[in-house]
Amino acid sequence: MNMRDRIKESLQDKIKDWQEKYIKRVYFSIDKKDIFEVTQVLFRGLELRLITISATDMPDYFEIIYHFSNDPAGEIYSVRVTLADKLKPEIQSITPLLPAAEWIERETWEMLGINFKGHPNLKKLLLNEDWPENDYPLRNKK
Amino acid sequence: MSHKIIVPIGPYHPLQEEPEYFQLYVEGEKVVDIDIIIGYNHRGIEKLSESKHFDQVPFLVERICGICSSSHPYAYCLAVENILGGEANIVPEKALYIRTIIDELQRIHSHLLWLGLAGHFIGYNTVWMWAWKYREPVLDMFEMVTGNRNNYAMFKVGGVRRDLKDEDIPILKKMLDELSPGVDLFRGAIMDDPVIKMRLKGVGVLTRQQVVDWCVVGPTARASGVNMDIRRDEPYGVSDRLDWKVILEKDGDIFCKTIVRILELYESISIIRQSLNKMPKDGPIDAGVKDIPAGEGIGRVEAPRGECFHYIKSDGTNRPVRHKIRSPSFMNVASDKVSAVGGTISDATLTLAAVDPCYCCTERVAVINKTDKCKVMNGWDLIKLSQEKTLKLKEGYYGRPE
Repeated sequence: MNMRDRIKESLQDKIKDWQEKYIKRVYFSIDKKDIFEVTQVLFRGLELRLITISATDMPDYFEIIYHFSNDPAGEIYSVRVTLADKLKPEIQSITPLLPAAEWIERETWEMLGINFKGHPNLKKLLLNEDWPENDYPLRNKK
Repeated sequence: MSHKIIVPIGPYHPLQEEPEYFQLYVEGEKVVDIDIIIGYNHRGIEKLSESKHFDQVPFLVERICGICSSSHPYAYCLAVENILGGEANIVPEKALYIRTIIDELQRIHSHLLWLGLAGHFIGYNTVWMWAWKYREPVLDMFEMVTGNRNNYAMFKVGGVRRDLKDEDIPILKKMLDELSPGVDLFRGAIMDDPVIKMRLKGVGVLTRQQVVDWCVVGPTARASGVNMDIRRDEPYGVSDRLDWKVILEKDGDIFCKTIVRILELYESISIIRQSLNKMPKDGPIDAGVKDIPAGEGIGRVEAPRGECFHYIKSDGTNRPVRHKIRSPSFMNVASDKVSAVGGTISDATLTLAAVDPCYCCTERVAVINKTDKCKVMNGWDLIKLSQEKTLKLKEGYYGRPE
């Protein structure tokens, strides 16, 4: 069974909007509350590698994409989560499960102001400690 | 030991090539914890990229780092070409070969640079001098092909900017032939030297499980037996048409990381030779891409330090809406937290250097409130400690010089 079917089988109804846009690039959306469980299945169960997390400030919502790599096949599975609350964007942290996410989540938090609940060490990574509160460089300024 | 001593390294020191700041917590000789504070090189390139049009971005991302300055533009071009339908479908044949040649030349110069620094850290300054001596002709090759010794400005969406001249090919082949004996020299000097073996074996070990947990990439992962190489897993350029192999080691210590890099030099030389032989004599080098449609694309290449990842989101205008960059060092440096802890101070510099950290890429190393019990050691003190340890091993093996 290839990885696509294995993911579909193990996540089943958690997957919304499955898109195979380009060769070896699969995008699918999940609900915000499922992120910890989905990461557990993809990282521990199916042994995919987390490449990084990219977040974007869209006009009406925040979009976070978790990029997972299936190295033997050279495929990338991008898990999309939408955060509708523009004023207080929040999502559960996956660092307790996946140590590599620590820096990635810190960077996303300081750059876009997305709060990662349950992160063990959420402090500035690239910006200086005295960078002003509530000023997030990668947010769109009106 | 009743109290911990904090050893700060960095951020600014004339002997360090880039600003970095590690804070080591030590008990006696043993490192018990490490804090890495980065950010001294942060230039906001992701944000800047949103204000450049698609053709300008390669020049910007090339300046992320002077050592892997072809990996970033290459990954960026692959990301945009991903939106357009894939590199293999739009980029002309000859350009694919030129891209691979530039990418592999960069790997040779980067590995030689690291080899030199590692030699210096363990007190083998001859290795340092010789590695950099052999690196010089590689830079000359770059100069001949691209006009620049660094920041080559070769990549553009849909092709390359400069053609490889026919009369240059025999000269390049000759220079590669002259490089191989140099690599033989390093292989002999490092693999057969009992002191280097004693000094590097079992130091700074990263186990296979740690590699998986910390999502480590590149030669650092391959030295621990994790079989991954983007050039093979997701071929780009002409890497799938040539005969080469992925170098793997099992133990994950610094010795293995060194061996992986040295053996990779041979593979890179072989890839360039094959590319020069197979490259079509003429043909276009640019597809002339004009508009980038709306969509999102991911491009990744195997940079000398590992997987370099670029994500582009386009809304159909001439600028990216979002450009996410993840360099290999960002993942590898974070893993120092597990590889350096448990070792001794004299091994720390070497362990920290073994992932071949690139701070411009990660841009980003420790500031903690100094306590009264703080003992200050700078980078040079640590290199000295490391060199002294090698000297002791050497005396133990060969006897003390009269």
